[in-house]
Amino acid sequence: MTENRDSILDIWGPRTPYFGEWPERVDERTTEEPDHWVQSACVLCSNGCGCDIGVKDGRIVGVRGRAVDRVNHGRLGPKGLHGWEANNSPDRLTTPLIRRNGQLVPATWDEAMGLLVAKSKELIEQHTSSSIGFYTSGQLFIEDYYTLGVLGKAGLGTPHMDGNTRLCTATAGAALKISFGTDGQAGSYADLDTTEAVLLVGHNMASQQTVLWTRILDRLAGPNPPRLVVIDPRRTFTAEQATVHLAPRAGTNVAVLNGLLRLLIENGHVDYDFIENHTVGFEELVKTVGKWTPERVEALTGVPAGQLQAAAQILGTCRTLVSTVLQGVYQSMQGTAAAVQVNNINLLRGLIGSEGNAILQMNGQPTSQNTRECGADGDLPGFRNWDNPAHIYELARLWNVHPDKIPHWAPPTHAMQIWRYCETGSIKLLWIQATNPVVSMPELGRIRKILEQKGLLVVVQDAFLTETAQLADIVLPAALWGEKTGTFTNTDRTVHISHKAVEPPGQARADFDIFLDYARRMDFRDQDGAPLIKWDTPEEAFEAWKACSKGRPCDYSGLSYARLSAGSGIQWPCNEEHPNGAAHLYPDHQFNTHADYCESYGYDLVTGAETSPEAYRAHDPNGRARLLAADYEVPHEQPDADFPLWFTTGRVVYHFHTRTKTGRARALQQAAPEAFVQLAAEDAARYDIAEGDLVEVASRRGRATAPARIGGIEPGLVFMPFHYGAWGQAADAPARAANELTLTEWDPVSKQPHFKYAAVRIRKTNA
Amino acid sequence: MHLGNYLGLLESSEQQLTKAFEHVARKHRDEPDIEQMCRKLSAWSREHRGRVLPFVAKYSEEKSDEPKDLRRDLFSEKRRGSLALLRDLHDLWLLTQEVQLCWTVIRQATLALRDEDLKAACAYCQPRTQRQTEWLLGRIKQAAPQTLLVAE
Ligand code: SF4
Repeated sequence: MTENRDSILDIWGPRTPYFGEWPERVDERTTEEPDHWVQSACVLCSNGCGCDIGVKDGRIVGVRGRAVDRVNHGRLGPKGLHGWEANNSPDRLTTPLIRRNGQLVPATWDEAMGLLVAKSKELIEQHTSSSIGFYTSGQLFIEDYYTLGVLGKAGLGTPHMDGNTRLCTATAGAALKISFGTDGQAGSYADLDTTEAVLLVGHNMASQQTVLWTRILDRLAGPNPPRLVVIDPRRTFTAEQATVHLAPRAGTNVAVLNGLLRLLIENGHVDYDFIENHTVGFEELVKTVGKWTPERVEALTGVPAGQLQAAAQILGTCRTLVSTVLQGVYQSMQGTAAAVQVNNINLLRGLIGSEGNAILQMNGQPTSQNTRECGADGDLPGFRNWDNPAHIYELARLWNVHPDKIPHWAPPTHAMQIWRYCETGSIKLLWIQATNPVVSMPELGRIRKILEQKGLLVVVQDAFLTETAQLADIVLPAALWGEKTGTFTNTDRTVHISHKAVEPPGQARADFDIFLDYARRMDFRDQDGAPLIKWDTPEEAFEAWKACSKGRPCDYSGLSYARLSAGSGIQWPCNEEHPNGAAHLYPDHQFNTHADYCESYGYDLVTGAETSPEAYRAHDPNGRARLLAADYEVPHEQPDADFPLWFTTGRVVYHFHTRTKTGRARALQQAAPEAFVQLAAEDAARYDIAEGDLVEVASRRGRATAPARIGGIEPGLVFMPFHYGAWGQAADAPARAANELTLTEWDPVSKQPHFKYAAVRIRKTNA
Repeated sequence: MHLGNYLGLLESSEQQLTKAFEHVARKHRDEPDIEQMCRKLSAWSREHRGRVLPFVAKYSEEKSDEPKDLRRDLFSEKRRGSLALLRDLHDLWLLTQEVQLCWTVIRQATLALRDEDLKAACAYCQPRTQRQTEWLLGRIKQAAPQTLLVAE
């Protein structure tokens, strides 16, 4: 039994200052002495820390960080050190369940899959495969996603496949496509080791990717620390370390960013050579940001003009710059427009594609990068362009199916629309995997109603009987991480293998095996009558994925299970040109915007309308990055007399997603057992609320109740963490899920829902 | 000179488009993206009309009577369900075409007339009408297969 640091009390652990390299520090926590270790990586956030799983007598007994891994150099955070306990939880699902007479009762796999297949066939017969939808996850493996993508796109031929990644990283993908032509992060985590400045926009890295944050803390503790600019309406752990902290009002990111862009231009802090040779759109950008003087920004956003200037000074004079973006941008009004303006900052300065320079449009979930890459969401595999017939033919050749089998008549249906089709009754079978929309989607009252609707068959594949699984008609018990083999990729393109360490409990099965079983039973065939899915093992699936990715930006062709197992994480692209992976995309400032190569022809940032192929080709950027400007727009719902306060949601350091795993790890659960309502002292006084008082927050859509936590937030704004649902609550307790309150509304470009603003009112409910 | 007539036609078609977008936003408020976007695009048309009005006054002498109700039998209240949405978007698209053509015609005349202010108004509004059309077309393409092939 080892626990070499208390990550609950000291989240980031002892400082190991950076002197020319980031020192190793191996964090370990086991509850018993393992009899062997199995190579893996953590799946509790998008950081992807390399770790080994300790096994004793066929049970997981702990983890330790992998010192050799490029992502974490041995470190693990609280979630990584404790989250594995969920695998051993006594309430794992161990057998399929089928709803009979209103009750979920145990069934065999044959019964459950037989029912699913019979229903699928009946629906296809009567309503075409467009009556079947998939709502998948950002927590499966490449092998799962690619198999799912192929069976959905070339087997069923349904356009309705998306993931909860729509809630977490759709905007990252959209912003990268818009600026650079395809998805894919330009830089690396290692750029944090040398950069002179870090800009964090709506990204509480200290709580979200705790190990990445230690990389910054270690820089701050060494010589030549980077200067930090943090844009966040709350005084987060991240903001506390900022050189300059800008705290704008909800929904005003674009105004702040336009103000910064304007100052860069006005101060002459732009690289005109780079702009001239490697970008398009500068003139339009200058026009759009021109009116955002510091005074105007201050009036609208509440950010003092002097602070904006101080931030612009840092961003304008640093010789290297890492910019990072997360949900505070993605889930706000104008998410894509704002994320693109962050890209524009690095582009104006020409700081991209070399050491110390990175733009990290962060992912939320551990494997959401792969949902996007493998086509298990609203994208096509290998960052292909649904609107480019040549890309569709490539896939058709690869899968040996007729091109028209692959839905490409319109963009693949995004998750919010999938739910809407369920609501109107035109999707009649919804298969949900490894996610818990009854807690994580906006406007939960509506989601419950949809799932309870007659005429919608709900299939839930999960390891636990989540709030969502409880509403299912068929429940498929799934293996967790550590119980199956597969690969996945973190935000900075590092690919890890995670080996199976132990058997899943009872009859639970790997997601991969469930998808294969479905494909076999549905008897999906290619054009020559051979089985469509030509692989049986995860490794064979990985080989198939390599072939699909070859020649595309996310090229995996130089990787193999053997290579990944012999070392540790390796970045894509990994191919003949980059046998050991590439730390930077675009080192020569040639971007992926060529009409024949790009993943998207672009969007109207205001309406979301897709640019036509003809219009794009007429002005083919041909390898130049696109500077796309956007003006500020007023949020659709604003505080008024009835609902006078702004509302926003976010996370706490000890939990992931809807606590399905972290809530079952004892120490994490104890560290953050309950939701809370955070509000400013001014607002607390106005409503006569003291620390710990029960507060009911109400919006036009619902209510949620939790104890008050006072301070650390701008007046007029109320915050709740989104992790907490009904699970673990007394049956008669009032609802506490933040998403009871949120809006059903989404970004016009990325279709990511707006979790970061709503109008609410509050009242104390203590007797 | 018939410029006044055409400006009148443009003014009334932008007005109708304003109302039509509003109407569709209200009628389909259960479709969150439709409601928000139609409100926004309605505001664009309202703004366009505001920019046209001074020119309608300026060139009004030349105007001959030609009342025209483009709404005709568009936006039938009887339509229900997802087909109603598709048909309503279809009708909106038709209206934007009328507006688009008006702008084109007027812009041609403006070039010959050398009315710089009117030219600026054309340069500002016409691309936005185009963007209205593009959004509608994209949304129509998305809705079409599901609406026509899968029953609710
Ligand atoms: S930072 Fe993320 S990946 Fe690393 S240990 Fe923590 S939760 Fe796991």
